[in-house]
Amino acid sequence: MKRLLLFFALATAQPLYADSNLPPAYWSDRQLPDPRQEAEAQALMDQIRCLVCQGQSIADSDAELAGDMRDLVRRRIAAGEKPDAIRAWLIQRYGTWISYKPTSEPAAWPLWLLPLALLLVGAWLIRRRIRMRRGQ
Amino acid sequence: MSRAFRFAPIGVLLLIIAALVWRLATPKDNNVHSTMVGKPVPAFDLPSIVPNKPALSSADVATGQPHLVNIFASWCVPCITEVKVLKALQGRGVHIDGIAVRDRPADLADFLARNGDPYERIGSDSQSDVQISLGSSGVPESFIVDGKGVIRFQQIGAIEASDVPMILSKLEQAR
Repeated sequence: MKRLLLFFALATAQPLYADSNLPPAYWSDRQLPDPRQEAEAQALMDQIRCLVCQGQSIADSDAELAGDMRDLVRRRIAAGEKPDAIRAWLIQRYGTWISYKPTSEPAAWPLWLLPLALLLVGAWLIRRRIRMRRGQ
Repeated sequence: MSRAFRFAPIGVLLLIIAALVWRLATPKDNNVHSTMVGKPVPAFDLPSIVPNKPALSSADVATGQPHLVNIFASWCVPCITEVKVLKALQGRGVHIDGIAVRDRPADLADFLARNGDPYERIGSDSQSDVQISLGSSGVPESFIVDGKGVIRFQQIGAIEASDVPMILSKLEQAR
């Protein structure tokens, strides 16, 4: 009997969340009435990193803070702010790390140059191949 | 293919192993550091949340004296131990203001009655708005704001008893 009770106690236990007792922010899981604005908000939310589940976007994350950030993004879009201005506002607070969209900062230059470098390596390899064939 | 080239894959493997060992030895810093340090506190005006405790606005933290702005919540477990350290800091004459994130008045009043109340003012940040505008990513976090209202230091996580001398010297530097 004791074991059975223990089993039910464990099976129905509530996990202890490090979350508040307030309901989610109004716009956190609610679409904007204007489809064009909602699309803009969605596109931005897909590119903003969640501060809690780093590696997820705020659109994907279930963290409370991500909900509050979705609310913030939708509120600002609804107020007529441009997505790039909201992104810049967030970058000012958290650094370029917060945005998944690659920047043109010097730190990101290798990222932009890599495709070019790979193309050059490929061209060099092909050239070598052709020369070797000719040499046969 | 040259002889040296043949051993390249082993070289690459060794490089990967070296990288993995290095990352194990020096774990990644997953803290999100606010880039607002060195900048003025963004303008905000938070309402009061518990009776007899004044509300908090950005003007209240730029009074000519350094302030410790503590971002906390009654639902945050490490905040319980931190509040006792803050109480000790208050005893040393530190101005401590609180930003209560996503909190309910009854919960917060209970939290303060139970654990102590080192706060001069407490603002209620019910949608994490001010927390986000400060570049903070969790509770507890604290910001040291100098007399002119410029953010000088960010403490990520609870202020432990062992951090007190460091916090006091940062406050002294912000004077």
